[in-house]
Amino acid sequence: MRNPLAIVAAASLLGTVALTGCAKAKHDGTSSGGGPTQITMWTHSAGNPGELAVYKKIIGDFNASQKKYQVVQQNFPQGSYNDAITAAAAARNLPCLLDMDGPIMPNWAWAGYLRPLDLPTSLTDSLLPTAVGRYKGKVYSAGYWDAALSIFARKSVLDKAGIRIPTVDKPWTLDEFDAAVGKLKGSGYKTPLDLGAADKGEWWPYAYSPMLQSSGGDLIDRGAMKSADGALNGPDSVKFFSWFQKAFKNGWANSDGPIGNQRFIDDKVALSYTGVWNAKDALDKVGSDLLILPPVDFGKGPKIGGGSWQWGISSGCGDEQAEGARAYLKFSFQDKYLTAFADSQVVIPATDGAAAASKYFGANGSLRQFAVLSRKFALARPATPGYPLISTTFEKAAKDIMNGADVTSTLDTAVKAIDTDIKSNNGYGN
Amino acid sequence: MTATFRLETPAGPDDGTPSPAAERDTLDAARPRPRGRRPRAARRGEARAGLAMATPAIVLLLGFLIVPVLLGFALSFTNARLISPEPLRFVGFDNFVRAFTIDPTFFRSALNTFAFAAVVVPVQAGFGLLLALLVNQKIRGVTAFRVIFFIPVVTSIVVVSILWKFMYQPEGLINSFIDSITFGAWQGTAWLNDPDTALPAIIVLSIWQAVGFHMLIWLSGLQTIPEELYEAARMDGAGTWRQFKDVTWPCLRPTRIFVLITITIAALGLFVQIDVMTQGGPVDSTSTLVYHAVLTGYRQQQIGYGSALSLIFFVIVLVIALIQRHLTRDKD
Amino acid sequence: MAQTPRTRRTRPEASERRFRSRRRVWSYLVLVGLAVFFLFPLVFMFVASLKPDSQILSDLGGWRAFLPVGEVGLDNYSAVFDRVPVGQFLFNSLLVTVLIVVLGLVVNSMAGFALSRLRWRGRGLVLSVVIATLIVPFETYAVPLVYWVAHLPTLLVQDGTVVYDIGWLNSYEVQIIPFVANAFSIFLFSQYFSTIPTSLDEAARIDGASWFTIYRKIVVPLSGPAFATVAILTFLPAWNQYLWPTMVVQDEKLRPVMVGMQYFFQDNPAWGEIMAYTSMITLPVLVVFLAFQRAFVSSVAASGVKG
Repeated sequence: MRNPLAIVAAASLLGTVALTGCAKAKHDGTSSGGGPTQITMWTHSAGNPGELAVYKKIIGDFNASQKKYQVVQQNFPQGSYNDAITAAAAARNLPCLLDMDGPIMPNWAWAGYLRPLDLPTSLTDSLLPTAVGRYKGKVYSAGYWDAALSIFARKSVLDKAGIRIPTVDKPWTLDEFDAAVGKLKGSGYKTPLDLGAADKGEWWPYAYSPMLQSSGGDLIDRGAMKSADGALNGPDSVKFFSWFQKAFKNGWANSDGPIGNQRFIDDKVALSYTGVWNAKDALDKVGSDLLILPPVDFGKGPKIGGGSWQWGISSGCGDEQAEGARAYLKFSFQDKYLTAFADSQVVIPATDGAAAASKYFGANGSLRQFAVLSRKFALARPATPGYPLISTTFEKAAKDIMNGADVTSTLDTAVKAIDTDIKSNNGYGN
Repeated sequence: MTATFRLETPAGPDDGTPSPAAERDTLDAARPRPRGRRPRAARRGEARAGLAMATPAIVLLLGFLIVPVLLGFALSFTNARLISPEPLRFVGFDNFVRAFTIDPTFFRSALNTFAFAAVVVPVQAGFGLLLALLVNQKIRGVTAFRVIFFIPVVTSIVVVSILWKFMYQPEGLINSFIDSITFGAWQGTAWLNDPDTALPAIIVLSIWQAVGFHMLIWLSGLQTIPEELYEAARMDGAGTWRQFKDVTWPCLRPTRIFVLITITIAALGLFVQIDVMTQGGPVDSTSTLVYHAVLTGYRQQQIGYGSALSLIFFVIVLVIALIQRHLTRDKD
Repeated sequence: MAQTPRTRRTRPEASERRFRSRRRVWSYLVLVGLAVFFLFPLVFMFVASLKPDSQILSDLGGWRAFLPVGEVGLDNYSAVFDRVPVGQFLFNSLLVTVLIVVLGLVVNSMAGFALSRLRWRGRGLVLSVVIATLIVPFETYAVPLVYWVAHLPTLLVQDGTVVYDIGWLNSYEVQIIPFVANAFSIFLFSQYFSTIPTSLDEAARIDGASWFTIYRKIVVPLSGPAFATVAILTFLPAWNQYLWPTMVVQDEKLRPVMVGMQYFFQDNPAWGEIMAYTSMITLPVLVVFLAFQRAFVSSVAASGVKG
């Protein structure tokens, strides 16, 4: 038992022994060779070649444009990005630059994980309002683009069924919409409407909380941000969710999937509530018959979810690195990059200049309508640190109601969960 | 009769290794050596060697399982959050009170977890035994079937969940299969979107995935049963059923306990299928204790509360394990 | 099971043979039916991997789902390589898995040996703790484990000198070391070892062999089935690691195959590529299993199927 065992025993102690003899690693990104300061950047774009190509171009240009900083990119798949950064944040292991889904930002800013961006106001003011993340009066995040949802339809189908084509100035009222869906169901569509309910996660509050707001309800009382009581379970909310439940019960919509817009393209559904990212494919397949319609007015005017992926700078980032991160962001917010992004991903560019140069969103662009809808109807999700729990609670409540749960009691339970959470966090500093 | 069958089991069938099914207790191997006959130095050497050889495993288990588990226990009495500027505060039993008073999903999750285990444990064990009996026949090509039945086990459960989610679509394979064997009498259902069918659907795929493993366990148990016992039983005029009842079943006692315990542990820890396929829905009908703990503790960042749920889970499972142990002991 | 007046023993031989062959036919029918049941999702996976997304979805409900008909090709496979660094991920998973299995065999078999064949103070306690930890699902302590490994010291080379650092995140070791010791493996080993006659130990002791020699030269060579079983049983979860690497690995160069699955779930999932990718990452496991299946099937629970 002498030698081999001794080795094993020694190995398990190795870490501690070795500690005494050597220095601690440095983390400020500098290298002793006097090279450029490294700035690590995390994106949610792994598996998305189009987006990565644009990043590659921006980073290459930036690294070549100066000698002081070098941006190093690290990519994560979107589906597990929030899981990954939550763990990294809990372990205090965030990089300097990271992108995040807009509504999560206040949670991170509140926790002290982000530093204010301190970009020139001329820059942030030039962006779409929903592409800028503000918390407690300071800008913590900014994005190159925003997305928008609309209702996709075929003109021929609506004409044949004798349904009025809504406009931005005169969108469908709820009664009109109900009648239209009923007619379409009667005309042979087994499930006339695709609401995208097969999806999961942040899609739910992103897609359906604007409908709730359009009927007068909300995720939380946005004034004080201290309670969801009366907002999420008030009469307007109950009215909306009863409609939501009815839409599935009547067979107008279902949650069977597949995720995406395939059922609309195959003409299995007549109306599809989906995002700008599916518009190019639909345009290619449906052609000039395609209609991009404003969302339904549930009573308080149509609403569209605003706020998508945006950039922030973490507080773990040293001053010199933060300076570099800011320099990079400033560099990256050039119209040409925003246009490249928008045209590669088919999303709405955040500046007017970039939109003008875009082949889809320019003055005569085929998807111009989305930029109009976004400008007119976009509303950000509530900027409160309690949002992550609000989001998952909303998703669960809406799904349960879709599947037949009692509307009032489900909403009351959701409100209780949200309010308990807010209370246990001392009101999230609000 | 059964007692005589159980006395001495011969060596394994084909590799000449000692039989595993010997009826001695786990630790007996060390016990028969009479104490005191050996010099004290030898005993000390043995003690040192034992500790030294167990040390790497002890250190690793301590460091990467026991410490984090205890850390979780400690967190369950605090207001800990994954991301928060709030100072860590001791909150006593608040988290536990919350679980039992204002979190209906917790109660539902516990119910689902037990329902899942209550179905999966007997069905998977029984189905596995049936498969083992089938592939224990001496017929040509039987090895190929053993391999085929085991293939789902080596397929990742994440992959399996994605595949079955496809097949459970309203216009998917399962519905069209049922449609064709019932000559169209069946109206397709959205298996995973209906609170009544979602959990049963997950039970089916879970058994499909894991039963091959327990088939092998049963199979190796069967192969330790000596052929002479069957011959003797046939001499007594025993038919297939009586051979099973009087020879096979009693001889499989140790295997039974092993199968029971491993399936129970796996069933109570149900997580991945839920995470990939239903996220606990529809209407909490598939939420499980582990899923709910991960959802609240990690995704919703309330690690203090999530840890409390985990602690409750441990206590429940421990109680079940002790009851099982007690029951399986009593029959001895 | 109706009682017939004839017992089996007195049945004439010809009828006995008929009975046997009829039974055999039934056995085959049942076996083939079951084989279909166990294979069809995987056949679907492979066939779908050859088709474009729209066809996968339109073929979903019929026999076409199992047949490589329509627009069939390897496009999905080449697309997978454009999206995911497959080679790197396979290498990472292989490295992590092999190390977990090999280190685990050594560490856990030694512990099993100590627990089953040696008497030492604290053995009873260790054994009960090992058995108690069997019931702990990984997911329930994953988050505290992240906190914990984020504070462990590690060594690395920076600018040519060895330095230490705090935190194991983003490394191979964080994917390997926490999973080396495994209560279930220790349990299986100690079960199996306890069936090997201790008289062998006694004889070797008299010849002056150390306990480690007895372990290495006597017990290990006799325990092939136990090692094969534990190897396969630890290979599978190690290969399938998913939640843990998502939480602790940020560098793409260190990611394992299962995290790669998420690359295909963009705004719209790329189903054809998902099927191609899952086929590709399932294949190595199938190969390993087929290579070892004879040893495995004959040995799995020979390693100690006892309560």
